[in-house]
Amino acid sequence: MTAELHEELTDPHADQLDHGAASSRPLKSRISEPQPRGAKIHGNRPVDQSEAANRFMAATEHEAMHDARLWDLRQKRDKEMHGIEEWEELRNLASGIKEHTLSKLDYYLELFEKNATANGIKVHWAKDGAEHNAIVLEILRSKGVERLIKSKSMLTEECGFREFMAENNVEVIETDLGERIQQLDDEAPSHVVVPAVHKLRTDVASVFAKTIGSDPDNADAHYLTECQREATRPLILSAQAGMTGGNFVVAETGTFVVCTNEGNADLSANTPPLHIASIGIEKLIPGLDDLPVFIRLLSRSALGSPITQYTSHFRGPREGGEMHVVLVDNGRSARLGMEKFWPGLKCIRCGACMNTCPVFRRSGGLSYGATYAGPIGLIIDPTFNVHKYRNLPYSSTMNGSCTNVCPVKINIHEQIADWRKTLAGEGEISPVKKVMMKAAGEVLASPVVYRASLPLGRSALRHLPHFMLYNKLNTWGRKRDIPETPKQTFNEWYRKNRKQQDEGKKS
Amino acid sequence: MSGSREAILDTIRKNHVQGDRPRPTVPLFDQAAPADLKALFQKSLERMGGKMLTPDVADPMAPVRQAIVKPGPVLSCVPEFEGDMKITPQTKPTDIAPVEYAVLRAAFGVAETGSLCFTEKQLLVNTTGFLPQHLVILLDPAQIVYNLHNAYQRPEWTQAHYAVFQSGPSATADIEGVLVHGAQGVRSLSVLFHPVS
Repeated sequence: MTAELHEELTDPHADQLDHGAASSRPLKSRISEPQPRGAKIHGNRPVDQSEAANRFMAATEHEAMHDARLWDLRQKRDKEMHGIEEWEELRNLASGIKEHTLSKLDYYLELFEKNATANGIKVHWAKDGAEHNAIVLEILRSKGVERLIKSKSMLTEECGFREFMAENNVEVIETDLGERIQQLDDEAPSHVVVPAVHKLRTDVASVFAKTIGSDPDNADAHYLTECQREATRPLILSAQAGMTGGNFVVAETGTFVVCTNEGNADLSANTPPLHIASIGIEKLIPGLDDLPVFIRLLSRSALGSPITQYTSHFRGPREGGEMHVVLVDNGRSARLGMEKFWPGLKCIRCGACMNTCPVFRRSGGLSYGATYAGPIGLIIDPTFNVHKYRNLPYSSTMNGSCTNVCPVKINIHEQIADWRKTLAGEGEISPVKKVMMKAAGEVLASPVVYRASLPLGRSALRHLPHFMLYNKLNTWGRKRDIPETPKQTFNEWYRKNRKQQDEGKKS
Repeated sequence: MSGSREAILDTIRKNHVQGDRPRPTVPLFDQAAPADLKALFQKSLERMGGKMLTPDVADPMAPVRQAIVKPGPVLSCVPEFEGDMKITPQTKPTDIAPVEYAVLRAAFGVAETGSLCFTEKQLLVNTTGFLPQHLVILLDPAQIVYNLHNAYQRPEWTQAHYAVFQSGPSATADIEGVLVHGAQGVRSLSVLFHPVS
């Protein structure tokens, strides 16, 4: 396929503009190398995130680009934050509004249902992903739909929606560029906002060459984007139904709001006669006064742009059209009752915690082997399957940066620590950690044994050969140097220098 | 499925977050609003990738004509400008696909973000905002609000079934962070300050 290159696409200043998900400075991969794939999934067995992370780090060009790209987004976010005097007040408000709504969620869901229904929206309720898929399939079958165009939705990823529709002979076309790349490569999104951020331009060129017939030797981002536009447009025009998610749901007006940069949600919703929106029940907010708090925080936190290019508000079907909303629980109502973990339901899926996380930036979102990656994934994924995702809460340095950038003030790093305790309490802990914890437990339980062990450990750290410190059991030694060990323990130093002095003071 | 509705609501009631969590009052945060919202709007629009057209007092529609540089059908949804195409009651959403330029009027603008609000009242057929290759937009400077808090005080939200903030053209940077305009929606967006006649 030859894409007609429009001059807008080659605007020499375009790279310097910092709206959308653009980098604030040009970043370009220098070499092509095979793309590392995500975590290996073996049924219900615990996902080994560090195994997949090691493979990602071994692909040095991928790791470097991923790290630089996401850190740039984090810096753009900081710049936006400093430009808004009331930033911290907005975060407090956002957190307060979400907590209030979650404390009266039944009331606000019923209020939304009443208002949306009055405006002509058909509201459905699904307890889990399977029921969601069945409801949507029934609507599509009743209209004889064979092709569905959709915008990005993490909820439909949770539901295994695309796979289910493929089994039922409905063609699903993702219209977000990043999500389309991932669909064509048969891979899950690796990030909630930038789904293909783990891929180099050469990876995209190879996927498009195989699937939509682009030139395999042309890895220019403008060319590849244009090829996708030309390939997707006829599919948009011929689809019989469109699907979107929902970023926010306003109970008092019966409105749901969708934020995109590409305008693909508006095309999906407005081109075919049927619009279905799949929305998690935690997306509710009370009224229109609350909405700007979130619109002002979302894109600034996610990408460091003041607002998404498109912020779309749906309050009822258009003339001659049909609109459905499927409210999906899929574990959320149960999570509401988890004393330590309910604040995760405040999440607005901005991805700021991922962009700032040193583990995420170096290991790639697919290494988590779960729908939600990064810090927010560590505290959400175990609520879906505690055994399968029991290793994830350990994929954190506990630096707390995730909590600091969260626009709705979720205590992410504290919840990570709480998950570690909860998992240990439930016996969901890997055999290696069990042995280490038992030994550590015995030493730490006795002050005498602990003190005696310190000089030994110190001497061992200084004299042990490199391979004994940096081995598979010591995960801290990977990609990290152990700090130089002091010649004395604090206790030894204290006894020598201060003890007599202090005792003299007391007497 | 009504069984699930009751089951979900019952679980929520059983698990409700404890404690008194009153609904916060959200201020408008507009004390620092400048007197000249036009300048702030322009700065924000340009940051989002939009273009401002220079008004022409003698010939108000000249900037619109000059902005139309490519061949192809021009659709006008405004009485001030004569295009090649008009929306009729028979126009289907997909009929907009061949349009090169659409000329629209925004309901209002937001200075903080350079956003333009459209509802079905301005779009006539909703796809006129997204399927054309380029948009040229008329905005009455009297209809610019300072920030998003002010914007959500407007009446459109409880009148229209569909309303959108468009802030610059369609944009993507999904491939290595390289900004490309026209991912799916419009490739360019130009705005002319022009009061409602």
